[in-house]
Amino acid sequence: MKLNALAVFTVLYLLVLYAPIALLPLFAFNSGTIIAFPLQGFTLEWFAALLNTPALHEATLNSLIIAISTAVFSTILGLFAARAATRYGFPGKGGIVGFIMLPLVLPEVIVAISLLIVLMQLGLNSGTWSIIAGHTLICTPFAIAILQGSFSNMDKSLEEAAIDLGETPWSTFRLITLPLVSPGIIASLLICFTISLDEFIIAFFLSGNEPTLPVYLWGQLRFPARLPVVMALGTILVLLSVALLIIAETFRRRGLKRVGLKDTGGFL
Amino acid sequence: MSQTSTRTPIVTLTGVQKYYGDYHALRGITANIGQGEFFSLLGPSGCGKTTLLRAIAGFEDISEGQILLDGKDMEGVAPNRRPTNMVFQSYAIFPHMSVAENVGFGLRKSSMSVAEKRAAVGQALEMVGLGKFGTRAAHALSGGQRQRVALARALILKPKVLLLDEPLSALDKKMREVMQVELIKLQREVGITFILVTHDQEEALVMSDRIAVMFEGEIAQLDDPETLYRRPKSRRVAEFIGMMNFLPATVKGEAGGRVGVEVQGLGPAELEAAQCPSGAKPGTAEIGVRPESLTLLYDGQTAEGGREASGTVREVVYYGDMTYYDILLDGTPAPVRVSMRNMPGRKVLDFGARARLAWDPRAMVLFS
Repeated sequence: MKLNALAVFTVLYLLVLYAPIALLPLFAFNSGTIIAFPLQGFTLEWFAALLNTPALHEATLNSLIIAISTAVFSTILGLFAARAATRYGFPGKGGIVGFIMLPLVLPEVIVAISLLIVLMQLGLNSGTWSIIAGHTLICTPFAIAILQGSFSNMDKSLEEAAIDLGETPWSTFRLITLPLVSPGIIASLLICFTISLDEFIIAFFLSGNEPTLPVYLWGQLRFPARLPVVMALGTILVLLSVALLIIAETFRRRGLKRVGLKDTGGFL
Repeated sequence: MSQTSTRTPIVTLTGVQKYYGDYHALRGITANIGQGEFFSLLGPSGCGKTTLLRAIAGFEDISEGQILLDGKDMEGVAPNRRPTNMVFQSYAIFPHMSVAENVGFGLRKSSMSVAEKRAAVGQALEMVGLGKFGTRAAHALSGGQRQRVALARALILKPKVLLLDEPLSALDKKMREVMQVELIKLQREVGITFILVTHDQEEALVMSDRIAVMFEGEIAQLDDPETLYRRPKSRRVAEFIGMMNFLPATVKGEAGGRVGVEVQGLGPAELEAAQCPSGAKPGTAEIGVRPESLTLLYDGQTAEGGREASGTVREVVYYGDMTYYDILLDGTPAPVRVSMRNMPGRKVLDFGARARLAWDPRAMVLFS
């Protein structure tokens, strides 16, 4: 009986969590222009409409540029921070690492407003690069969290052994460290990419006249006739996010397997 | 070949000190380690033995003193430029490489041709008994095999000194004993100086030419295994190396180079000066005696020179080949441990039985 109650709870929980998202594809393929039951008929019209919207294409391009840059910058910063945090002890380490990880729990709206104020004070125009900076700020903690796992799974004496066998610190990093943390690097790139791609608040505050995809989507909500198109776009974004997360996790697990370690966490 | 080696020194440590902030990890280590010697650093955890090994390898800078390797001062010389190679406690086998790639890693920068490198790797694997394992993935190896790969990888560069950091501690007891013998054979074969760090006194006794026993960053005693076992210089060393009984005693005085002692529970004994490493001031002291130097007497047997004592069996521990007894000697507060080899005609005594013991003053050490 107890087990059944738990099973019912689990199913209800998942339903509440995913039913709204399941509505996206439902209405994306519905031929009616009003988002309401009963469904009218099947159509690909809204997806076709996506192809004929230049503003959307610009927004997509912006988003991709921002997401890719963010993924690269966050992962590089994360790589350095994670190695330092797992390999060295230095005064104030706990506090420093804590401050670096803080954006993970800091309300994004605060980050966004602060960045906007700084930009205005400096007399700079907001735009793509400022969104990249903001996204890097919130993505770096994720990169560190993932890469810290990779580094702490890696025996410290592996690097020492390579140096002992005649390699320089740099060639050791290239031959030993990088290959062994590369699954973590790939996972970090993909997860930072996904976070940046979906992020709305910072992008909304800083995008100026170059909207990103989520900002563009939000703008479209003002026109009821565009709602089904938004649904179609939403469907694509959801599928893309899930796919990226699965790929990231696959790489992380494959990395563990390759060095013969047991799984100890991760996002999935 | 005891405290000072007759071999040409290959490692010379002079007044080596290491501080970690306020913590004084090495407090003036001075020792010569000879060419081709199997040298062990033995001590409990935190005694500085691993720090010293890592300082020789170049992974730790020393705060004071000097480390000479093959006559050259190693100050400021990076680990990759030192004539040493190391076998790490975790073996540090590169998990993303094959066995052959691991073993050949150190040859990456050598001027050998590909064929020569392959031959060298094959030879190194053959040497450690892994001839057919070259293509195996490194993470698919057992503990003992990883150990051998680590050895082959470190020896392929023909270092002047091979450093081994607790290399057997990750193996089970059987495998450890096998590898102990193999390590000795290997060391004899290659003639390279081995410096072994271990907390296992038995391992050190079995394998080493000389052992430095370390406590709190200092060498407490540096001797060959037999001297270390038979003539420990301090009670602490005696307790760390094997098992030793300590009996209260009174030093009577010295006459003709011999020290007269009255040992509680045993009787009067005369010791040579060599048996009194910390001097022989008249007054209370302690006598150390190993369990195997006390012998149970069976019916009809008598002790040489009447050196006999009696007591009651307080504990019997049967090991198959040996039996350990705790015997409370008459007139003493604490029991002594006695070990007897089990042989035909030697029946195992029962708990509570009366026992007679023979003892030998030559097997005693005086600690004052």
